[in-house]
Amino acid sequence: MSEQIFGIHGAALELRSRRMNVLASNIANAATPGYKARDIDFGAALNARLSRHSDGLQSGADGASHMVYKVPTMASLDGNTVELGREQVAFAENAMAYSATLSFVQGKVNTITRALKGE
Amino acid sequence: MTMPDTNRMTLFSMTERAMSAQLVRMNAATSNLANAGSVATTEADAYRPIRVRFASELDQATGISGVRSDGIVRSETAPTKRYEPNHPLADADGHVWEAPVDESAEMIEIMESARQYQNLVQALTTAKQLMLETLRSN
Repeated sequence: MSEQIFGIHGAALELRSRRMNVLASNIANAATPGYKARDIDFGAALNARLSRHSDGLQSGADGASHMVYKVPTMASLDGNTVELGREQVAFAENAMAYSATLSFVQGKVNTITRALKGE
Repeated sequence: MTMPDTNRMTLFSMTERAMSAQLVRMNAATSNLANAGSVATTEADAYRPIRVRFASELDQATGISGVRSDGIVRSETAPTKRYEPNHPLADADGHVWEAPVDESAEMIEIMESARQYQNLVQALTTAKQLMLETLRSN
């Protein structure tokens, strides 16, 4: 039901929030020796989510399967691959996208509310 | 004392732990700076700089990896031996042992730690704002 109303945006919002967690972990581990920076392959994860829904399968807690390791521009000596600048930019970009998706969802909700009220 | 919900890591608890790990790191560097230039009579008594070791902890359920301070290690650097026969702490041969603290390295450590603390606060603020927006939207 919610898939029909929100379309791609419901799944996107959830994935955006999961990606925010992953990027925040990278920022938190900026000084941990040997930590490998990770990210979610957003396009692949979203496609997988949408195709599974069209097959009529239930969505589970996935996203872990589309986790990728980042390739550092310049590796540091202690094996840590977090580059703070990149992480911050990615975090900001993801936050923006989250806001945008959220406003699409809000728009849908408003439309339906108005339709229900018969305005 | 354990809280009932400690094993499930959220963005908030993860950031909180990372922030306190950064504080431990900053305290260690400050302690090193405070002991710079301190001298002792014997080599064993001289102050050795301390470093905090970080380790990441992965929460399988949510995919969040937090960070914790995995203990404090003492530097292996040998104290500097100086000939100062008039020093009150000098040994029989007139030597004192000075703590091997590299002051500029400690300053850099403090600056880096402060910078990362700021980053964490910023990420937390953004995440909190987005969550509030989502809550208010209905």
